[in-house]
Amino acid sequence: MSQLLEPFLQALQALNRVEAQNILCQATDRQTSIELVEELVVPALEEIGRGWEEGSVALSQVYMSGRICEELVDLILPQSAPERKKQPNMAIVVLEDYHFLGKRIVYSILRASGFELADYGRMTVEELVVRTQADGLELLLVSVLMLPSALRVKALRAKFDELGLKTKIVTGGAPFVFDENLWQEVGATAMGRSASEAIEVITQIMEGKL
Amino acid sequence: MNSLQRVLTTLSHQEADRVPLCLLFSLHGAKELGLSIKDYFANPAAVVEGQLRLRAKYHHDCIYTFFYAPIEVEAWGGEVIYSDDGPPNSGEPFIRRLEDILTLEVPAVKATPCLGKVFEATALLKAQVKDEVPIIGVVMSPFSLPVMQMGFDKYIELIYEQPTLFAHLMQINEAFCAAWANAQLEAGATAICYFDPVSSSSIIPKELYLQTGFEVAKRTLAQIKGPTATHMASGLCLPIVDALAQTGTAILCTSALEDLAIMKAACRGKLTVLGNLNGIEMRRWTVAEAEAKVKEALAKAGKGGGFILADNHGEIPWQVPDEVIRAISEATSKWGTYPLTWLEEEV
Repeated sequence: MSQLLEPFLQALQALNRVEAQNILCQATDRQTSIELVEELVVPALEEIGRGWEEGSVALSQVYMSGRICEELVDLILPQSAPERKKQPNMAIVVLEDYHFLGKRIVYSILRASGFELADYGRMTVEELVVRTQADGLELLLVSVLMLPSALRVKALRAKFDELGLKTKIVTGGAPFVFDENLWQEVGATAMGRSASEAIEVITQIMEGKL
Repeated sequence: MNSLQRVLTTLSHQEADRVPLCLLFSLHGAKELGLSIKDYFANPAAVVEGQLRLRAKYHHDCIYTFFYAPIEVEAWGGEVIYSDDGPPNSGEPFIRRLEDILTLEVPAVKATPCLGKVFEATALLKAQVKDEVPIIGVVMSPFSLPVMQMGFDKYIELIYEQPTLFAHLMQINEAFCAAWANAQLEAGATAICYFDPVSSSSIIPKELYLQTGFEVAKRTLAQIKGPTATHMASGLCLPIVDALAQTGTAILCTSALEDLAIMKAACRGKLTVLGNLNGIEMRRWTVAEAEAKVKEALAKAGKGGGFILADNHGEIPWQVPDEVIRAISEATSKWGTYPLTWLEEEV
């Protein structure tokens, strides 16, 4: 599998969907779908995420490669597949903001990594509290671009605590990158600098490390 | 030296009497006047009063006639959503289907009421400050405007997958941008800040920039009849500095995530560097931290001119306290007065 990683990565970086699909198909005889996702797709997306954090990969490349992977993984691991990771019970939302690209990228990359999660679109704090309680979420991924929206996470955490909700909040978006203390200030469990870092954070939460 | 002389001197890569400070305020004027953000921007006279009060309070070196980014989509018939404590946002994109691009028409800028408020504010401010303070007008670049016109995800897909429609949209947006910029210059703006975050290396790779945003900027800036500054709104730009210098811009704003000393060296003799105080962190700085951040920036980029101290995003957030802004202003006067002899003394 490791010998396929570099060509798969190159196909993604060139946005060559056909080549990426061919590489994935080559390996389907030897590997189960979930193995392919975990040993080929996730490492490739993690490598792209590292490039984003280091500044060598641009957001447009992260978005397009995530979208390609999501489409390919949907082919080999449909939404209804029992191998899909339906735990933890989680959702992603844009909080009181009107910028959806970050959420779209994280959603694609998590689905391309075999996770299933609900997409809540855009919500206010009040709407989100009601929905989180109704759905019994264990984990809520909050994406924002604007500083006032980032600061609203504090009110969300306070409402959760008031109602005794144990739902963990993981934040992402520019304000958290520009102020590394902000996620702690607003009461999040963790932050993700990149979409692929979200995979690592979720894994740590599932293992009880966060 | 007055503010205009100070800025012009640094633009010629010479040391003025002190490092120019451009505090890019849009929302803080509303706070000064005790108005809601929506009411403030509804009234050009309030914006004029807000800008003048802020300058009297902080003694910085520019007037900034930027209202809010979605004023441009408002001009195209799009929706603006106001907030009580942050910049207005654009609502639902008005390009809903790709085919809509083919039927877009450039708004007549001088006959568009929302843009008319900016022209009115600019003219009133020019009458007040005359040629003593540079008035900075703002346009969104033709290459970055589609994020609000059609949504970021759909626009990235357009760039990569629909070259013909992309070229058509750029042609329309370039005509709008040049007309909008020139009308601001006619109203009294001294220079135009060309906001182009999609061109930044945070958003698209250099190779793609050279084929797209670079060509758009060269064509558009050539049509703008006044000096321009290019602003990446916190995005990275070090990898494309040489290309940016060829677009015809005079000033480049660098991200707080970039090293100011490296950026200054890369721009030397080609571009004046603007930046790069971290506006997000600024909210929680103490007075002492604000002074230390100003000193650090001056130490890295102040010598030899070619530098204007500012925040890195093009807008000081609503949440930044007055005492922090005052500390930035006072530290600039204290430590930014030329020659910066304290740099040698502290080595």
